[in-house]
Amino acid sequence: MTSVRVLVGTRKGAFILRSNGARASWEVDGPHFPGWEIYHVTASPADPQRLYASQSSGWFGQVVQRSDDGGRSWHPVGNRFSYEGAPGTHLYYDGTPRPFEFTRVWHLEPSPADPDTVYAGVEDAALFRSSDGGQVWEELPALRGHRTATDWQPGAGGMCLHTILLDPVDPQRMFVAISAAGAFRTDDAGQSWTPINKGLRSDGIPDADAEVGHCVHRLAMHADRPSTVFMQKHWDVMRTDDAGGTWREISGNLPTDFGFVIDVHAHEPDTVYVVPITSDSQHFPPEGQLRVWRSRTGGDEWEPLTRGLPQRDCYVDVLRDAMAVDSLEDCGVYFGTTGGQVYVSPDAGDTWSAIVRDLPAVLSVEVQTLP
Amino acid sequence: MSLPETPDARPVRVVLPAHLRALAGVQGEVRLRVDAPVTTGAVLDALEARYPMLRGTIRDQDTLRRRDFVRFFACEQDLSHDAPDRPLPAAVAAGSEPLLVVGAMAGG
Repeated sequence: MTSVRVLVGTRKGAFILRSNGARASWEVDGPHFPGWEIYHVTASPADPQRLYASQSSGWFGQVVQRSDDGGRSWHPVGNRFSYEGAPGTHLYYDGTPRPFEFTRVWHLEPSPADPDTVYAGVEDAALFRSSDGGQVWEELPALRGHRTATDWQPGAGGMCLHTILLDPVDPQRMFVAISAAGAFRTDDAGQSWTPINKGLRSDGIPDADAEVGHCVHRLAMHADRPSTVFMQKHWDVMRTDDAGGTWREISGNLPTDFGFVIDVHAHEPDTVYVVPITSDSQHFPPEGQLRVWRSRTGGDEWEPLTRGLPQRDCYVDVLRDAMAVDSLEDCGVYFGTTGGQVYVSPDAGDTWSAIVRDLPAVLSVEVQTLP
Repeated sequence: MSLPETPDARPVRVVLPAHLRALAGVQGEVRLRVDAPVTTGAVLDALEARYPMLRGTIRDQDTLRRRDFVRFFACEQDLSHDAPDRPLPAAVAAGSEPLLVVGAMAGG
């Protein structure tokens, strides 16, 4: 029978939420790695029993955990993330050069074809790959070696590479996003990279439409249309239809175009979800109302989704890696909040309910659809 | 497990913080054979050889520099800033006192 498994990373451990296809009643398993920050837990599309988790601590650094049984048991794998060659410098918040220094893994992206191949996006921004199930990590150094890297600077969360999209059609192509540098694309499996930020405009940098320096919060793609990428930028919701050649704004009637998450319906490439957040710096929903906004037109026209979500006195945030969709016939949408709630909609956003309400602050949400 | 005490194979006792005990899957103290001279560096070498999952959690894997929020105490002394090749107190080398690996007190 079809089931779903929701993988939740929080400030104080990982949780696994299991349900059948109805997505009405849930088993909550956790915390795994209690007390550690779990920036991301994710699964291999090639082997649903293979999971990876990024476990980190300000005291004890980075650990990567792997499960080969769907999260029932875990074991630590390699955690050596050494930049290749001289680390070079980026810009610090005050605009002065500062050497790249590894802090943590923000995002893990397993290969769709091989459970032992997985990419890691790290802070300070760089891309690593393991081809042995996470034991050995090697940098793809051309990204950090890009001529623009000396001008990259951290966003409020650090200078993180937080999004990795692997093109489902062209294995040589991938997209990454860095706060606050922007989006980059490779067409040769990481040997070279092109900044793809044309059309973005950002306040807070000297040249509003500079080649790099944009605080991209998240990218999302539908597998059937890999040249179309959606972006939630620090401000502005954006769309490209030529793999990043040019972007256009699709914020339309959103109450604010600031936010972190963005995702695409599993079966409808033009159905997009965002959670608008008030900024600067407030970082809670407008008017204390937690609303997911859905566009069925690929942007520009958005509708608020509120049924089952708190519509008063709600002041949580939804962080960039904390939304996911399942691939059941009635597409399920999931997101987690800094208040520890994980919400599910089993009907593409029309209605919502809380799976759990009192977890630690949620950093990431992924979902697996299991046969 | 009892270990033979010889001048070159001393049963050094190490107390790890709770998070690292959980990561390594150990309970209580860790007892390690460490060749003389017994130094912080030698103890960490032996610890990481026995428990590879601890590599990088106490000291950097490339520079071997102690992580900022980790401290080393023994015999009521703070040894955190001693050189890694400086011999530890005789009581630690003899196994009568443990080397304490401590996560800095900083909330969390």
